[in-house]
Amino acid sequence: MSEIWSALGKAMVLIADFDPDLVEIIGLSLRVSLTAVLIAAVIGLPVGAAVALFRFPGRPVLVVLINALMGLPPVVVGLIVYLLLSRAGPFGVFNLLYSPTAMIIAQAILIGPIVAALTRQTVEDLWQEYGEQLTSFGVGPGRAVWTLLWDGRFSLLTGVLAGFGRASAEVGAVMIVGGNIDHLTRVMTTSIALETSKGNLEIALALGIILLIIALGINASAYAIRDVAYRTES
Amino acid sequence: MTLASLLRAGLAALLLTATFASPGGAQERSVRMLSTTSTENSGLLSYLLPIFESKTGIRVHVVAVGTGQALRGARNGDADVLMVHDKASELKLIADGHGIERREVMYNDFVIVGPRDDPAKIGGTNDAISALQMIKKSGAVFVSRGDDSGTHKAERRLWRAAGIEPEGRSDPWYREAGSGMGATLNIAAGMNAYTLTDRGTWLSFRNRRDLEILVEGDPPLFNQYGIMLVNPAKHPHVKAKEARALIDWITSPEGQRAIGKFTVEGRVLFIPNFRAKGGS
Repeated sequence: MSEIWSALGKAMVLIADFDPDLVEIIGLSLRVSLTAVLIAAVIGLPVGAAVALFRFPGRPVLVVLINALMGLPPVVVGLIVYLLLSRAGPFGVFNLLYSPTAMIIAQAILIGPIVAALTRQTVEDLWQEYGEQLTSFGVGPGRAVWTLLWDGRFSLLTGVLAGFGRASAEVGAVMIVGGNIDHLTRVMTTSIALETSKGNLEIALALGIILLIIALGINASAYAIRDVAYRTES
Repeated sequence: MTLASLLRAGLAALLLTATFASPGGAQERSVRMLSTTSTENSGLLSYLLPIFESKTGIRVHVVAVGTGQALRGARNGDADVLMVHDKASELKLIADGHGIERREVMYNDFVIVGPRDDPAKIGGTNDAISALQMIKKSGAVFVSRGDDSGTHKAERRLWRAAGIEPEGRSDPWYREAGSGMGATLNIAAGMNAYTLTDRGTWLSFRNRRDLEILVEGDPPLFNQYGIMLVNPAKHPHVKAKEARALIDWITSPEGQRAIGKFTVEGRVLFIPNFRAKGGS
């Protein structure tokens, strides 16, 4: 128990010191995970909504597939992306392995299904509620995609935040495709793994506490934005 | 319509990645080295490489993984330089044409660590092989890396020399961690078990609890590191010039002296032993 308290103290010292290495690591973590979330949202939101509103052959299979992909282990995603980006792999010529771009790709693949699956459920529920009304106004599923995405934006924000949570917390994928290279691909979670393997459990835990504080900050600001948006509307 | 917007979304995403992910600033000269966790975790590379970087202006990007993964990466051409410690696999890599110009750089040593109360009574023996036999006889728990790393392979060689081939399935006292050295030490510390570790990782390891060094200094415990160039003839993108500069520097009198000066807790960890004609 005393280790946890001293880790808490260490975390405060690390934050107060504004250690440039730590700032760099936090910056890269945010850059990678936020970019991955953006990509996952740009692809996952329309895909999820389209699956909710259109009826096409193979749709149930797609729904099950997207739901199942939510459970993909990060290390498997990392391995697949590694094999694709490796010099010996199909995209080797782009020289992307062991770069932040590789980490973004891996995390986007990891969280895309989460955003898509949660979007599908939200939009499907909205369609059940307003579908008849929309149809009576002559709004078909094609236009309804955007209407319902906009309508459900507050619920969808939770899905996007869930995706961000998974991205910023995972270590398996970024470790394999990023390589935990100092000053290049080292992020919060790979630093925590490295410090743990050095037996520096307190520093590792201190970094974990800082990661938690960042996650709290991002979720709090998302909540605040949502709150303001609600009030200006009503 | 939906398809078109999907395509547009995909394109936007790609563009975004490109803008976000492109490394800022001018293109710096750099070289990528696949190495083992033992050189990174001990702090050797973060002491050694800045000297080389300030001298040449070439940045070294270290990817520290187990020897098995490092060799695989070299085979795929995912790095320019390889520095590992499993001579048999290194020579095989060269025979297969993926590595060239191998040089022996330095050696360090393994130690057997275990609980202070030492149920197998191996403390004081200088003989690693008989120490392993005593561990087996006592039934005390031994934690193996179990990850096909250089250290794991060295450990398996020692067991073979002791006439024992422990298997995690049939020998409950033999636990395969399937993890890196630090993680394995964390497990051994938690279980109060014996394990084999390189001295570097051990000295810089901060979670020893009841573990201490019990056997050391036996010649079978010495551990040779080799450095080599990933073959540019097979992998044309390899930065041969920068990579050779690194290899030349590490095996130069200056680089060798720097290795010999690196200490943790006052102990020299890696003994430089490059000999101009010692390479193969």
